Amino acid sequence: MSTVNPNLTYNYKVVRQFAIMTVVWGIIGMSLGVLIAAQLVWPSVNLDLPFTHFGRLRPLHTNAVIFGFGGSALFATSYYVVQRTCQARLFSDGLAQFTFWGWQAVLVSAVLTLPQGLTSTKEYAELEWPIDILIAVVWISYAIVFFGTVVKRKAPHIYVANWFYGAFIITVAVLHIGNNLALPVSAFKSYSLYAGVTDAMMQWWWGHNAVGFFLTAGFLGMMYYFVPKQAGRPVYSYRLSIVHFWALIATYVWAGGHHLHYSALPDWAQTAGMVMSLILLAPSWGGMINGMMTLSGAWHKLRTDPILRFLVVSLSFYGMSTFEGPMMAIKTVNALSHNTDWTIGHVHSGALGWVAMISIGAIYHLVPKLWGVREMYSTALINLHFWLATAGTVLYIVAMWVNGIMQGLMWRAVNSDGTLTYSFVEALEASGPGYFVRWLGGVIFVSGMLVMAYNVRMTIKQKDAVAVDDATPQAA
Amino acid sequence: MIAMDINEVRGIHTLLVMIAFLGICWWAYSARRKKPNDEAANLPFDDDDIDRRTLENEKTEKKQ
Repeated sequence: MSTVNPNLTYNYKVVRQFAIMTVVWGIIGMSLGVLIAAQLVWPSVNLDLPFTHFGRLRPLHTNAVIFGFGGSALFATSYYVVQRTCQARLFSDGLAQFTFWGWQAVLVSAVLTLPQGLTSTKEYAELEWPIDILIAVVWISYAIVFFGTVVKRKAPHIYVANWFYGAFIITVAVLHIGNNLALPVSAFKSYSLYAGVTDAMMQWWWGHNAVGFFLTAGFLGMMYYFVPKQAGRPVYSYRLSIVHFWALIATYVWAGGHHLHYSALPDWAQTAGMVMSLILLAPSWGGMINGMMTLSGAWHKLRTDPILRFLVVSLSFYGMSTFEGPMMAIKTVNALSHNTDWTIGHVHSGALGWVAMISIGAIYHLVPKLWGVREMYSTALINLHFWLATAGTVLYIVAMWVNGIMQGLMWRAVNSDGTLTYSFVEALEASGPGYFVRWLGGVIFVSGMLVMAYNVRMTIKQKDAVAVDDATPQAA
Repeated sequence: MIAMDINEVRGIHTLLVMIAFLGICWWAYSARRKKPNDEAANLPFDDDDIDRRTLENEKTEKKQ
């Protein structure tokens, strides 16, 4: 565009750093998941040490995959997309660099504290108060860099991806600070400011919106840039994306109550959570259809482009889990599914199928562009990764569906005299084969991530080779 | 004076939210917004020159 300063360049350095760490934390976090999945099949894998016990490693797994892998992918792509669609360099290179090192410091602190049992016990918000303060500082810096870039944009419009990234950044700031208000009693011990059921409500207001904004709105921002870009055509309907945005953000924040069905939470609040969850189906599917239909007339590209396949299959998993979620939020369905492995299966169809696959697709799109080479080192290896990721996800979620429904049915079965048909241990024993299949699915998924790490490494090395080629004078 | 029941407030709230939603739909789909929407939708394809310049500048910086 003619209005743009002819010397303008983008800051790709911070995007490269976060892109590399996406792969690194992906491998660390998912390997931890495989380890704790193995502990459920072979309990002695916990090594009988407190530091390697399931209860301490499980929060490290969730923190590493959500904030390490997902978080790095969100930082990388949002910094890239906001620059490219605003036609402006990041608001501050220094502050962007601070968010990178600050965020890595948060993640390393998680690795150091959680295995020691230092935890606030709030799910997905386990980190203790000093780390929470660091997160808040990094996050506010992130908001300044992101919105500062939007403000100084040269493009007349704010592209829809930036609306989603912006909503994700603001909402996560509010939720993180709101949910983690606590009274510190020592360097690594604090008590929540809220009591009883209010604390539970705050926790699931955060917990569900960690899903809704961290793991959904941010990744929808990713979808709205990388799907059109990889398909080489603008999004199917920009008008629909506007309605999608406002409907989604207005609905998601109210749905958290469905995590507390049949609890001490007032009945009306449970019902409100259920109704809002059901309404969420509409904007979720609106967004999914918008992404999918972007390919209409270009479906043949799926045959040859495994990166596009990652992006589109991630949308199918998104559609599937956003149908499953509202269904599980219905109180009568929840009576069966609550506390069973079905919930874990549902989370992973979203986490592996949607979040991980769209991030992987976006990183494969980004790496060659960031390092200035034409394409990834090996398209065949991307294709291999695609099939490993798909097979791993399907094995995982099917195993958890079978286990979850079986557990729910066994727990509720009663004899004619009113006594329970099965003891809890009988349901646990019956879950053994499912736990093995889940572990196997996880191993397959992680092996795909290792293939990715190799491919990314070789692509970056290839860049040095290209630079040498450019330096030698052209023979022809 | 008639005191307003909390449920009337809730009813009015529902109506206001519905009007806001329909308003957003009407605005997004209005013919007036057709051109700006098309421009915005093409933003991912408008900046290849800056991308190229970034990579070229980085290459020359490294050689020095």
